[in-house]
Amino acid sequence: MNSIPANVAEKTLHDENEQQIPVAESPHSDADIVEGKTVGTPFADNAKFKLRDVEVFYGETRAIKNVSLDIASNEVIAFIGPSGCGKSTFLRCLNRMNDSIDICRVKGTLELDGQDIYDPRQDVVELRARVGMVFQKPNPFPKSIYDNVAYGPRIHGLANRKSDLDDIVESSLRKAGLWDEVKDRLDSTATGMSGGQQQRLCIARAIAVSPEVVLMDEPCSALDPIATAKVEELIAELSESYTIVIVTHSMQQAARVSHRTAYFHLGHLVEVNDTNTVFTSPEHQMTESYITGRFG
Amino acid sequence: MTKHRSQAELVRQSLKKRYRKEKRFRAYGMLAIAIALAALLTLFSDIVGKGYSGFMKTSLNLEVSLDPQVMYLDDATDKKQLRMADFVEPLVQALMKEIPGATEADRDAVRRLINPYASTDLQEALTANPQWLGTTREMSFLAHTDVDVYVKHAGDKAYSIKLSPQQREWVDQLQAKGVVDVSFNDVFFKGGDSRDPSRAGIWGAVVGSLLTMFVTLVLSFPIGVAAAIYLEEFAPQNKLTDFIEVNINNLAAVPSIIFGLLGLAVFINLFGMPRSVPVVGGLVLTLMTLPTIIISSRAAIKSVPPSIREAAAGIGASKMQVVLHHVLPLALPGMLTGSIIGMAQALGETAPLLLIGMVAFIVDVPDGFFDSATVLPVQVFLWAGSPELAFIERASAAIMVLLSFLIGMNALAIWLRKRLERRW
Repeated sequence: MNSIPANVAEKTLHDENEQQIPVAESPHSDADIVEGKTVGTPFADNAKFKLRDVEVFYGETRAIKNVSLDIASNEVIAFIGPSGCGKSTFLRCLNRMNDSIDICRVKGTLELDGQDIYDPRQDVVELRARVGMVFQKPNPFPKSIYDNVAYGPRIHGLANRKSDLDDIVESSLRKAGLWDEVKDRLDSTATGMSGGQQQRLCIARAIAVSPEVVLMDEPCSALDPIATAKVEELIAELSESYTIVIVTHSMQQAARVSHRTAYFHLGHLVEVNDTNTVFTSPEHQMTESYITGRFG
Repeated sequence: MTKHRSQAELVRQSLKKRYRKEKRFRAYGMLAIAIALAALLTLFSDIVGKGYSGFMKTSLNLEVSLDPQVMYLDDATDKKQLRMADFVEPLVQALMKEIPGATEADRDAVRRLINPYASTDLQEALTANPQWLGTTREMSFLAHTDVDVYVKHAGDKAYSIKLSPQQREWVDQLQAKGVVDVSFNDVFFKGGDSRDPSRAGIWGAVVGSLLTMFVTLVLSFPIGVAAAIYLEEFAPQNKLTDFIEVNINNLAAVPSIIFGLLGLAVFINLFGMPRSVPVVGGLVLTLMTLPTIIISSRAAIKSVPPSIREAAAGIGASKMQVVLHHVLPLALPGMLTGSIIGMAQALGETAPLLLIGMVAFIVDVPDGFFDSATVLPVQVFLWAGSPELAFIERASAAIMVLLSFLIGMNALAIWLRKRLERRW
């Protein structure tokens, strides 16, 4: 628990490697990136998250370099970028999932609705009730489908009566588009479902506590195209009531589901723009190289 | 094309080599298992071969005439008279009647066929039933240990040297008549230790073991699991934690007798706790078992996938909730298995208990945690060290009882793991 999770460790390792040996295939050198300067429209008026000069260190390694960004209410923002660019690390700062890594330090201002989330007085449990998360690999609890969804409401005391809890479970599963598939087997174990169903269950579990923001860390990377399509559909529906931050490796997915897209490179936030703009006429040359598949 | 073919040829050759290697490796494995099984089988057959007779007793079925004249007893309710009365004579007379050839001169030789404790049994029976005085009753008494081993090991000379040729002849006659009878040894499972092998039982040691194990379980499981959870989930990663970790691993390797010395110095000398009692035995075995439980529990906690922790933390479960709701239930089967194996180790432990006085000769079955007691392996140790042949077979019988407890515990561990794993 106290060591760096494998994926993060791997990423920091990548970072180091890539810093020592500049990406050879890249037509542009890293000098094109000015630290702390992001092209496009990183700021928004109705900011849910206001992030300024964020830096993240793993020990001595600087994984996120001076990133400033606003995440607006009810928008879907996609983080894209090559492996090890820090997009997952940045995402995990938003609900302090990095807290469990001893050597990880976060600097800068990170505000949710004007409230500093790294304030020592900020209760991390309360924060995570407001900012839910869906992980790369479906990770349902080895319990029944019902208990998976009911777990969050139970620990937060959101339902006093059994019937209230039933309602929350049903509505969450409905929102996740899973109700019709599982309504007859709510008591069967969740680990027996298919991968796509498991991931949608994880989404249902995350929205069961009515968070304001849902963070998704490559939610479709372990799913087949059909399950992916279902989850994407779901993201579009959820964006009506939630702010969604999604990390993805699939640029098509980013183009399909997000309103804005942020391009990360080696810990820098290179460009943030409307998704349309990013994929049709990116402002920064690095972004263009990446989305046209010249490297990454 | 030729190059291609030669490459396929090379692969085929290397494949052959690989398969040969694999076969050889498999053969080694099978050989290792065969050796282990053979050793186990030898051990079991030796113990069972030596010990099965320990589960049988030889008794004398006598028609005892409880004559007040012979016993110098007019009133069987009078305690003083009961103490003074002769309970040996009626038994000797009854047995003499069964041996037609025996004369007055053979009295002593006949008396030595009867167990020295038989008169005590008769006294107890009469005290309980005073109305029996003056009647003739069909009763069963233990035979002398020398008769016992002779009857059970007929044909083995080593077991017959204690009896004279004439006594042997009598025993053979009595056995043919059904007076001497071999039956299931209930005494062995009812009583405590005794100087007389025929009267010696393991029940005292079994109860002592159960009491000691109870203390060990109640202390070591919660402490071990709590320590493992703290070290694995909450402890900061620093020099002190590393130091503690290294030392827990060291403790697991410390010879058990050292724990006995520690128990003697701390619990008995410093805290002034009594010797030979299950509480102190349990405390000492707790110290010995703790490292095993901590190490296996930590391994069980480590094997819980981090994704489950992240999932719970991501919904907003506090650290404690993550541990109690998710990590602990998933780690429990592994923890239980480790603990039961640790307990089985403690159950078979002798050395540390010798040092805290649980090696004493204790006849009574212990009543509680602060009552003098011994435990099964120590009982085996005591009996195996006795010169009497009859104790050797009882030692083997006690080993069989101990082994069945151990097998039972290991089976329980497997069953629990299977059951709990299925639930998840």
